Amino acid sequence: MRLVALLIFCLTATKAAGQEAVAFFGATEERAVTTLTIHGSTDIGPFTPILEGFAKTDPTLRIRYEQRSTNDIYQLAAKACGEGRAAADLLISSSIDQQVKLVNDGCAEPHAAAARATPAWARWRNEIFGLTLEPAVMVYNRELLPPDKVPQSRFDLIDLLRAPESALVGRIATYDIERSGLGYLFAFADYQQAATFGRLIEAFSRANVVATCCSAEIIDGVANGRYLLGYNLLGSYALARAAADPRIGVIAPEDYTLLLSRAALTPRHAETPGAAKRFIEFALSPKGKRLLSEASLIVAFDAGAADDAPAIRATQSSLRPIALTPALLVGLDRHKRKLFLDVWKSGIAGSATNAE
Amino acid sequence: MTPRRSIATRLAVAIALVLAAGGVAVTVAAFAYGRQAADEAYDRLLASAAFEMTRSVSVVDGELVVDLPVSAFEILALAPDDRVFYRVFTPNGETLTGYDLAPPPRPPQDAPTFYDSHYLDAPIRLAAMRRVFAERAFFGEVLVVVGQTLEARSALAWDIAGKALVIAGAAGVLLIVLAAFAVNASLGPLRRIERALAARDPTDLTPLDVAAPKEVQAMVAAIDRFMGRLSRRVTGMQTLIADATHQLRTPVAALRAQASLAGAETDPAALRAIAERIERRAIGLGRLTDQLLNEALIFHRADAAPRERLDLRTVAIQASEETDHDLDSDGSSLRLDLPEDPVMVLGDGLSLVEAVKNLINNGFRYGAPPVTISVTGGAVPSIAVSDRGAGLPETDWAAAGSRFARTAGSKPDSAGLGLAIVRAVAESHGGRLAFSRRPNGDFTAAIEVPAAEETAS
Repeated sequence: MRLVALLIFCLTATKAAGQEAVAFFGATEERAVTTLTIHGSTDIGPFTPILEGFAKTDPTLRIRYEQRSTNDIYQLAAKACGEGRAAADLLISSSIDQQVKLVNDGCAEPHAAAARATPAWARWRNEIFGLTLEPAVMVYNRELLPPDKVPQSRFDLIDLLRAPESALVGRIATYDIERSGLGYLFAFADYQQAATFGRLIEAFSRANVVATCCSAEIIDGVANGRYLLGYNLLGSYALARAAADPRIGVIAPEDYTLLLSRAALTPRHAETPGAAKRFIEFALSPKGKRLLSEASLIVAFDAGAADDAPAIRATQSSLRPIALTPALLVGLDRHKRKLFLDVWKSGIAGSATNAE
Repeated sequence: MTPRRSIATRLAVAIALVLAAGGVAVTVAAFAYGRQAADEAYDRLLASAAFEMTRSVSVVDGELVVDLPVSAFEILALAPDDRVFYRVFTPNGETLTGYDLAPPPRPPQDAPTFYDSHYLDAPIRLAAMRRVFAERAFFGEVLVVVGQTLEARSALAWDIAGKALVIAGAAGVLLIVLAAFAVNASLGPLRRIERALAARDPTDLTPLDVAAPKEVQAMVAAIDRFMGRLSRRVTGMQTLIADATHQLRTPVAALRAQASLAGAETDPAALRAIAERIERRAIGLGRLTDQLLNEALIFHRADAAPRERLDLRTVAIQASEETDHDLDSDGSSLRLDLPEDPVMVLGDGLSLVEAVKNLINNGFRYGAPPVTISVTGGAVPSIAVSDRGAGLPETDWAAAGSRFARTAGSKPDSAGLGLAIVRAVAESHGGRLAFSRRPNGDFTAAIEVPAAEETAS
């Protein structure tokens, strides 16, 4: 009964609790033979081409895409898994640590065919697959930050922040990692990657870094000049915005550039696992990859490209994919998270935290 | 007689059974070994991860803090597809951090320890390790449990077992090939014997001349014994026929001559004399026929009759009872000299009795009464017949018993067959016919037979 009630609620209301948005693709409700329900953290906009492209492969398929926060996706899936059912047929989240935890907890279906189309770092146990390729970038205001001052690496950034009377003081923003799963993931990866992390935190502290929510807000702030620079933002959003707004510049740090691949998994007990698996295969196919790169979800790296091209300058050796492994569970450990947040907050302490 | 399964088939079945049993044993061993080796390898990973985790526990402001090391998970990631579970327990058994469902070792044991359990429905293997804190701010023992699913272990175990089985399988195939060669080689002598028998002339009864290994030699010897017996029988039969032809021709011719004489005779007195001669000749002919038939019987029994344990004293008594009463007319001239104890030999009673009867007949016919049958035991038991007569002269002792040896003591109606039969009987019993002269002058003919071995029965 509850499930039926929930379904009716979802169909009647355009926006149920926890949902940021919902969209339908493919066949109409009457003509649909199968309905594929996707819980995704990606905005509907950039994800529309791939969903439409997949819907065309099967005229009887109806896709219900629910845009949700990463925490929402994880909590619904974990709860459903514990109860022996599935919250959706397909989960696509940028919070890959939470996705890996779902797999580790035995909540995912294996899919051997998709494993062959994925590099080793972008899959685990044939159950979770990275579909996209998105760098963690620095975004700056091209009008306000002189070209000679634009940091090309974290070392440049640290120097810039440490410079006396730095123009960046109070005008550099990054994710509030306590609230943003993605920000936490990138920050934790930074902490694992390099010894620069401590110095970076210290420099952030001096420059009164603004920890705030959401890529869109930070990029807006950079565009309108409230911030000069945003650190560790998701490259897919940044490149999409930069393509439309000449004020926005995007840099892949030269020392190392973190690469995130949004992870897709089919939960156990999914109602239409076949369609979900076909979607994963489609997204990994050349056609799916082309649709994803057109939406900037697969970012091309080209050392010779101009700054405003969809591609981003970076050398292959500086790319650091965040591998889908159980090591991601470390960041989710409650003690580890608290310790890490303490370290982070110790640096950000006293800086203007933009609460909402 | 339907042919039984061939030796090659039997060997093939036996070897197949041995190999199958060995194969099962090797398979079980390979899987056990693979499992054990995989467990040892991956238990080390668990132990190192657990160790790193225990090192990551510290006391901050009197509180236990776990700074979970990424390196521990990187170690565990050497089993790339296995799910990872960990749990850190406070001294009073509460979960400090980690998976609430990861089971502690039961019963609690001295860490480090490894144990198998389940996480929900997934079988897992865990390592547990302790760390004791004895600090001013905190005193107690922290237990760290790290577990993994079994995929990498199973894969390694299968891999090891699979490789071991491939090697064992190759060894098995090699064994089969070698066994085929060995069976073929060891059946070679049988084929050689078969060829030798097939190639042999039907009348050739000489021993087989085939080089054979010890095991087959018994069969070759049996074939040779059989052929020897066959050969003796055939020879005996041929001799008997020759003897009979030769022996019967003369008396029958004499009878015919007497009969034609009688036809022409008119004088009643002369006719009666002829009739008496005919009767004597007929009696002699009858005895000769008896002896010839006896000889045939004895020769037959010598090879064919089964040997049984018997007492020589019984033989003596039986022979004395069956003696022609015409010879022992007064009933007192045949004496028995028997020991108290049985004298057991292996032999054919009928042949022995017949032989002794022949000696008795000889004693009465050619020697002088009384005739004594004596039995002696000891290492070489013998049954002897002695008489008061002159006996055979010593020069003839060696030749006596040869067929139709005409000796000084022989008479016209004797065919000389008697001693030949006795000698044949003695020899067929593995003994001999011995002559001697007693101190008192008695002539003695003795059949010496080897003693029967004492048997438990």
